[in-house]
Amino acid sequence: MNLVLMVWRQENARAQGHMQRIEAKDVSPDMSFLEMLDVVNEGLTEAGQSPIAFDHDCREGICGSCGVVINGVPHGPQPGTTTCQLHMRHFRDGQVIVIEPFRARAFPVIRDLMVDRSAFDRVIAAGGFITSPTGSAPDGNAMLVSKHAADTAMEAAACIGCGACVAACPNASAMLFVGAKVSHLGLLPQGQPERWSRVHAMVAAMDAEGFGGCTNFLECAAVCPKNVSSDFIGRLNRDLIGAVFLARPRVASNDAG
Amino acid sequence: MFGLIPFFRSTIGKKVLMAVSGFFLFAFCVEHVTGALLFLRGPDAINGYGRLLHYSAALIWFFRAGLLTSAVVHVTFATLLYFQEFGARPVGYQNRRYLRSSYAARTMKYSGPFLLGFVIFHLAHLTWGYNVVPGPFIEGDIYANMLNGFRTGWVALVYLGAVSLLGLHLLHGAHSMFESLGLRHRRIESLLFGFARVATVVISVGLALAPAAVFFRIIGG
Amino acid sequence: MSESLRNDGRVWVPLRAGDQRPPGQIPEAERDYYLERRYPSFGNLVPRDVASRAAKAVCDENRGVGPGGRGVFLDFSDVISRQGEAVVRERYGNLFDMYERITAENPYKVPMRIYPAVHYTMGGLWVDYNLMSTIPGLFVLGEANFSDHGANRLGASALMQGLADGYFIIPYTIGSYLAGSKPGSGSADQPEFDAAKAQVRERASRLLARRGRRSATSFHRELGKLLWENCGMARTAAGLKQALARIPELREQFWREVMVPGSQEELNQSLETAGRVGDFLEFAELLCRDALTREESCGGHFRQEYQTPDGEARRDDARFAHVAVWEHRGDGAEPLRHTEPLSFENVHLAQRSYK
Repeated sequence: MNLVLMVWRQENARAQGHMQRIEAKDVSPDMSFLEMLDVVNEGLTEAGQSPIAFDHDCREGICGSCGVVINGVPHGPQPGTTTCQLHMRHFRDGQVIVIEPFRARAFPVIRDLMVDRSAFDRVIAAGGFITSPTGSAPDGNAMLVSKHAADTAMEAAACIGCGACVAACPNASAMLFVGAKVSHLGLLPQGQPERWSRVHAMVAAMDAEGFGGCTNFLECAAVCPKNVSSDFIGRLNRDLIGAVFLARPRVASNDAG
Repeated sequence: MFGLIPFFRSTIGKKVLMAVSGFFLFAFCVEHVTGALLFLRGPDAINGYGRLLHYSAALIWFFRAGLLTSAVVHVTFATLLYFQEFGARPVGYQNRRYLRSSYAARTMKYSGPFLLGFVIFHLAHLTWGYNVVPGPFIEGDIYANMLNGFRTGWVALVYLGAVSLLGLHLLHGAHSMFESLGLRHRRIESLLFGFARVATVVISVGLALAPAAVFFRIIGG
Repeated sequence: MSESLRNDGRVWVPLRAGDQRPPGQIPEAERDYYLERRYPSFGNLVPRDVASRAAKAVCDENRGVGPGGRGVFLDFSDVISRQGEAVVRERYGNLFDMYERITAENPYKVPMRIYPAVHYTMGGLWVDYNLMSTIPGLFVLGEANFSDHGANRLGASALMQGLADGYFIIPYTIGSYLAGSKPGSGSADQPEFDAAKAQVRERASRLLARRGRRSATSFHRELGKLLWENCGMARTAAGLKQALARIPELREQFWREVMVPGSQEELNQSLETAGRVGDFLEFAELLCRDALTREESCGGHFRQEYQTPDGEARRDDARFAHVAVWEHRGDGAEPLRHTEPLSFENVHLAQRSYK
């Protein structure tokens, strides 16, 4: 099949971007979206033009590197599917495909379709850790976790941090991501010591990055390639309200007692 | 604890304030429907209701202060959040498709300011008695003032338009306020959405009946 | 797809070579459940090296399925009819979804088509018992180190090794390193930094010289094919020697003719790819050298010269019961092979049989 791509091209963070029309010829319907871009890039390289920069890594839908906005929807038209797992059979011959980077102040464009998502790393660094015992290794089943907590924490941990939630939100809010990260540790016994300081620190980091607020649109959960539930936004709200009363300072003072 | 001030500085805290103030404004809307419906029963009913509300000056000013505070908080934080959200995506999309969000949700930031404008007009018309509509204003005779106003076609249409906008605002607001407080779970989602729909219909239809009845000359014809 | 699928799926191909019928139309009697036939006691649960070679063998007999004939069926119809679709969905739902996304076929209805592919590798960076590499203070965790996968990579264990190393080992071993070292005060204006920077710039400039017209990706493909053919599921001394002769040529050609657009002053993914392909061209040679040196068959390393009469791997424990570590001695210099003997105190080495 033959396609017409309208691709956002931008030299670097400071440059002015524009849409470029690129024809993709002889695309196999069995290709993934990224393989299609690989083929287009090979053609651009051979023609002496600069290839389209885009993020990718595992191509199995589990690393969170890839992600572009395809015809107005982050990760494209298939629900619960990352860009790398989206296959060209979901497009029609002759279709025009508009490809844009994830847009948010907190995700500045690095080049073309690549954006800098280190804002997420800083949110993780603010609270994505637990206190780990040292000394002798723990026994396998010394810490009991209920099936419900384990399953719910696993659901939250399915978040791959791709940023599609931010890209989809009309407010560019990161609440689904932060909700998933706060809940994933907050639901498990290992995450309890920092539960309240964690939510406080991660929300503060989120706000400092310039993400918007949650207006309960739920576009985030609709595009999430891992189907992370918006329930975790509710949990984030509840935990932050709890933290007003229960959070302790991060570093204990040296006073006795 | 890390205190209330930092909490209300956070985006989530601001949304909590929006939700709580929105809840009080919502509760007032419910109460207001009662008054508006009494108009349909005639002058004695609604004027008596008005006298009841004014029974205690302290009480009415207590409620007015609460309402005014809620409105100020709601508008102030809506403005703050609007600018935060506006700044959160400096470069927009060329092509955008929405999958899940409702029209009502996406237009909150537009329906809100219009409603604020209408509330000021409505107060000027029926509470302060400024001559914003043709015809005289009679202190204490709520029935006559409403009837007079709604007899002018454009006034009735402004009221009908405003209650439609209010309905749009509530269709999202009446469940969003619970969700912003953390009451969000797949088990209660349909309950909250159902509540919002019922509340929207009750409030907007309830408030629309009086101006509509006059506009179509069912009352005072 | 994940190896865990073989816990419940049954692997088969048509009995008759060149049978093109869809799987549903091939009657039970005309199917060859070759793993169950060849390995009655282990059946579909034989280790991945054995399963991979068996899949290759039936495809080499022209009994492979799907376009290109490089595939075997992995059939879940038995377990679905026995335990119900819900049970299967609970166990493998995510994998089935992934398969359906890739192939547009519903594996609850139609057997999966699978074939061995390069995925993770056995081996990795050498680490000591505390997971520290040869560079003091550099700890290597998870699949990047060599510690858990020797002759055979254990199935579905990528996360497991990450968890084991990250949760059960490193918290208890890094402490002793940290206790013995003071926080340093390194700064980037030392001569070592300048030297490293200059080295990287020089390498990038060589790649960007644009002397030829071939993309780095095309070299990557050619190298991949060469290794797949000669250092893949079945290896021979002749094939490995051939690869060892060809790789240096290809590497030379790469540095002479590769075409990398753009500059090194901005983000340049083509340059990144070219740099990696440059590394692969060195590492590929090491892989072949290692495979040639180990004159036995062991797990994933199957040398055709060393097999039992019924085609299974034949080890040479007298000469090769060791882990081999290659020391890099600079570009162009021959790497040096070190060995660490494997000693077994409780469970002793024996010839495996899955029959």
